[in-house]
Amino acid sequence: MKQLLVFIRKEFFHVFRDKRTLLIMFGLPVAQIMLFGFALTSEVKDITLMVIDHSRDANSQQLIHKIKSSSYFIVSESSIDYNDIEDSFKKGTTKCALVFPAGFGNDLRHGGKAQLQIIADGSDPNTAKTVVNYITAITTAYQQEISPSQQLPYVIVPESRMLYNEEGNGSLNFIPGVMALVLMIVCTALTSVSVVREKELGTMEILLVSPFKPLMVLIAKAIPYLVLSLLNFTLILVLAVFVLDVGIKGSILLLFMESMLFIITCLSFGLMISNTTNSQQTALLLSMMGLMIPTMIFTGFMFPIENMPKIFQLISNIIPSRWYFLIVKSVMLKGLGFEYVWKETLVLLGMTTVLLTIALKNFKTRLS
Amino acid sequence: MKVLGYLLKKEFRQIFRDKTILAMMFAMPIIQLIIFPLAMNFDVKSINLAVVDNDHSSYSRQLIAKIGASGYFKIVAAEPSFQRAITYIEREKADVVLEIPPNFESNLIREGKQRVGVSVDAINGTKAAIGGNYLMTVITDFNKNIPVNIGGNMTPAAGIIDITYSNWFNPLAEYRFYIVPAILVLLLTLIGGFMSALNIVREKEVGTIEQINVTPIQKWQFILGKLIPFWVVGMIVFTLGLLVAWGIYGIWPVGSFVTLYVFAAVYLVALLGFGLLVSTYTNNQLQAMFVAFFFMMIFMLMSGLFTAVDSMPPWAKVIANLTPVTHFIKVIRMIVLKGSGLADVQMELLYLALFAIVLNGWAIFNYRKTS
Repeated sequence: MKQLLVFIRKEFFHVFRDKRTLLIMFGLPVAQIMLFGFALTSEVKDITLMVIDHSRDANSQQLIHKIKSSSYFIVSESSIDYNDIEDSFKKGTTKCALVFPAGFGNDLRHGGKAQLQIIADGSDPNTAKTVVNYITAITTAYQQEISPSQQLPYVIVPESRMLYNEEGNGSLNFIPGVMALVLMIVCTALTSVSVVREKELGTMEILLVSPFKPLMVLIAKAIPYLVLSLLNFTLILVLAVFVLDVGIKGSILLLFMESMLFIITCLSFGLMISNTTNSQQTALLLSMMGLMIPTMIFTGFMFPIENMPKIFQLISNIIPSRWYFLIVKSVMLKGLGFEYVWKETLVLLGMTTVLLTIALKNFKTRLS
Repeated sequence: MKVLGYLLKKEFRQIFRDKTILAMMFAMPIIQLIIFPLAMNFDVKSINLAVVDNDHSSYSRQLIAKIGASGYFKIVAAEPSFQRAITYIEREKADVVLEIPPNFESNLIREGKQRVGVSVDAINGTKAAIGGNYLMTVITDFNKNIPVNIGGNMTPAAGIIDITYSNWFNPLAEYRFYIVPAILVLLLTLIGGFMSALNIVREKEVGTIEQINVTPIQKWQFILGKLIPFWVVGMIVFTLGLLVAWGIYGIWPVGSFVTLYVFAAVYLVALLGFGLLVSTYTNNQLQAMFVAFFFMMIFMLMSGLFTAVDSMPPWAKVIANLTPVTHFIKVIRMIVLKGSGLADVQMELLYLALFAIVLNGWAIFNYRKTS
């Protein structure tokens, strides 16, 4: 036991000596929370719209005015030729064009039907779809305004309730996502170099000739990172509550225990990488470059997993952060108890066992 | 020049010696490029709906049937009480609960107005908004048809504006056209950034840099010797990526290849300069990787890969513009999808060249031959 403590102290020294890594480790979640909270929005705003009005009558001007006064568009009116639209799309100065044909107002008032054409730059399909939705909504509202009131005799009115998020706080969905992402990458990367580094620098030999059990070596290597990661987790939680106003609805104790389990899963994963690779470079490239995008995608906080092809839904099951994401969502945001997350917990436990077993099996007590 | 030749020989040998790294450099981006665009899809296809029908009248059944047939919703459960239906949301089995109150039909006919309860899981804001909108659309549509069922008649509103729309360059508005070129840039960035960030620091950690420092190799020769091999690797990865985009996703650049490759060449120099800069500032590989990762993360999120740069607040736009990735993603989308020419994107080329000069100059300046 005393041996273990001495060993853990040694590992702590290693960790605290490297100030830059520590700084990044805690700077990463701060930067992510700030960016996700204040810079990134899936809402599409400030779309550059070019209006080509061949009609120039009261109706078209009214409608243009309505579009201008909505906050979604930056409208530029121009008299350019239809053929020049493509040029301005290619330059990227305009995202979409709205064309009023000649006699728009006349058609609307007398013909009963007027044409309106939207041309969108489809190279950005998200914006293109949004433009059509926004303009349709504005036009429909305008139409109701000008036509004599039509009252439907029977109306069903949906009464919406926003569960778990009455204020519409946009930060809610990504907080568990950032937690899962940061903890997963940081924990895995930190431990992934721990063993292989000693191999590379040659200090492993000293450990191997000591009467120290392999399991003890691994535990001693993981403990400092476990402590740091729990601190990191606490930091994210504090930022979420005080900077982004995300309340913790469920039990903090349960959340803490689950996070500890997840951190241990990731640390085991890192140890497994460390024991199966033979250079720091390989280990780091695997754990950071290799894991970065898969974790981002398969955690499910950016892209809904149920929309993916079946095979990817299966693949997503082996990513630990996916299960942790579900747990945090249930416990922290919905305030549910352990009876709702025991399955996910069990999956994480199972993963940890498997990963640790592989790590131990591959821990070589002989130098090649 | 001869010195540089020897340095290059050394670097290439080191790259080709480690088969794991070599495989990782080429296989990882290609596999990821094949897989990820399929998984990245913002489209919300179907909303899972749990229904509570407390009325069991012909109208309530018609309404539910209409919602079910709309194609937007998948009805996952019909429960007798709201309390039971809400457990579906708690367990992530449903996104929306629709509750039809008792006496729905008789109230509707007597008072002409009746409320239905819609409870949305609002943690995922986008999905909640879309689900709510879909339901609203279906119910509005249902409202219009009620009088027909009852036998009343309606006069059509005077003046209908008929909106037609077309998406140029991507008629079906398919997401893959948007995402594949950008993912290619991202993977190129990850490979180039991480590999170069690890490189010099590795020599520092292993101690071989001392041997180079005592030779009369110039600082710029050393940096160039590190830069050129990864530049070659990067260009090969880029070419392979374009082939994958064409073979798997059918995306063949509309614009000129020359412009595309000019940009890729300049961009890679800028990016590798960044990696080498990180490498000169750090003392060990873990540190280099963490610093590089920190910036890669910001690059990735701010680059307009997932969310449009135009929608960001002004301070974030400044950060986005100070990120080389943003410019290359913007340009590759323009050239590949729209066929923009060099004249359309010359400003971006200027930005990238500026990045390349500043980052590499800084890296050469910061590399010290004496420790």
